[in-house]
Amino acid sequence: MADPTHATTQAKPASEHGGGFPPFNADTFASQMLWFALCFVAIYLLIARVAIPRMSGILSTRRAKIDADFAEATRMKGDADAAVAAHEKALVDARARAHAMAVSTRERLAAESEAHRKSVEDELNRRLAESDKAIAASKADAMTNVHGIAVETAGAIVNRLIGTTPSDKAVKSAVDEVLGR
Amino acid sequence: MADPISQFEIIDLVPLGKIGNVEISFTNSALFMVVAVCITAFLLLGATAGRQIVPGRLQSSAEVVHEFVANMIRSTAGEEGLRFFPLVFSLFMFILIANVVGLIPYSFTVTSHIVVTASLALIVFFTVLVYGFWKHRFGFFRLFVPQGIPGYILPFVVLIEIVSFLSRPISHSVRLFANMLAGHITLKVFASFVGGLGALGVIGWAGAVLPLGMVVAITALELLVAFLQAYVFTLLTCIYLNDALHPGH
Repeated sequence: MADPTHATTQAKPASEHGGGFPPFNADTFASQMLWFALCFVAIYLLIARVAIPRMSGILSTRRAKIDADFAEATRMKGDADAAVAAHEKALVDARARAHAMAVSTRERLAAESEAHRKSVEDELNRRLAESDKAIAASKADAMTNVHGIAVETAGAIVNRLIGTTPSDKAVKSAVDEVLGR
Repeated sequence: MADPISQFEIIDLVPLGKIGNVEISFTNSALFMVVAVCITAFLLLGATAGRQIVPGRLQSSAEVVHEFVANMIRSTAGEEGLRFFPLVFSLFMFILIANVVGLIPYSFTVTSHIVVTASLALIVFFTVLVYGFWKHRFGFFRLFVPQGIPGYILPFVVLIEIVSFLSRPISHSVRLFANMLAGHITLKVFASFVGGLGALGVIGWAGAVLPLGMVVAITALELLVAFLQAYVFTLLTCIYLNDALHPGH
């Protein structure tokens, strides 16, 4: 209110010694205000009706696009995470299966080797027993021979010593007696 | 050498006749207002015609200005202030373009005339007044009654508030007018030193280097002032509009 006139009166001294300071020349005010009004209305309509709706449209479209892209990226990341989880699960399963397989194989091999060992041992025991039997037989044989030789030798020794041959029966009993049979 | 005031002279380019006994014509001032409208149209409409998702340089600068003004309103007047976005944006564009175009040598600075800046300030003043009374009825008078003031000095404070409210359009318009006027006069004075000293011969040429450097420096400063005054005018507009929106402080 009362503003342009107020400003004009305030700055009056400048116009007095300036000899018609153009900004305070009231003759030009009407034209300037008219053209200012026209131009400002033009700029206002241009901005309010066209520029702002268009730029808001551009900005909101961009925001929507960014949001959509972001959502898409989030979804893809979810997919990738799921794939990684599935992959890791598969890996764990495979490892467990491999472990189970290793354990069962080890057990089977242990059982096999145990069986093999047992059969070998049995075989060895059997052979040992056979050998023991053969040794005992040889020993008995040898002992029988020793007995025969002893009887013969004893008979021969007695013959040499006393010139008579004792009866086989006597010699045998004597030898038996000495051998403790 | 023309005197530093002659650059503000209003020249009738096309006389259009009289309304009553008032002379109406298309002047150099009107021409540069139309230029400002055209540049605004180019910057805001031409640059955004492509509606690109990924903006080019021009569209990007239009968007930067758009966001700059929108953020200024949001930070000073809140989200409700955005109902005045077209007005504030128009004021900012008009003043900024008029100021910057005025820096071009031999052009005319529309905002160096008090009648234009006063018109701008009065648009804001009456918008605040009309919207304030329309929205809050007599609640708008709370603007003049600050809270938490002791009763015995309240009449005094209310008086001061009313005077300060009524003087707003004066300070609002004179600030812009005086800044543009003073800057252009300073530029002209230093520029005429260059011309005057240059006419003195070789010694004068050496002496003219200093004012020439000053002209360059002041031109840079004036570019800053051109932007800054557009910003200040718009920011004050936002603050005044905030009073219309929220008169209770």
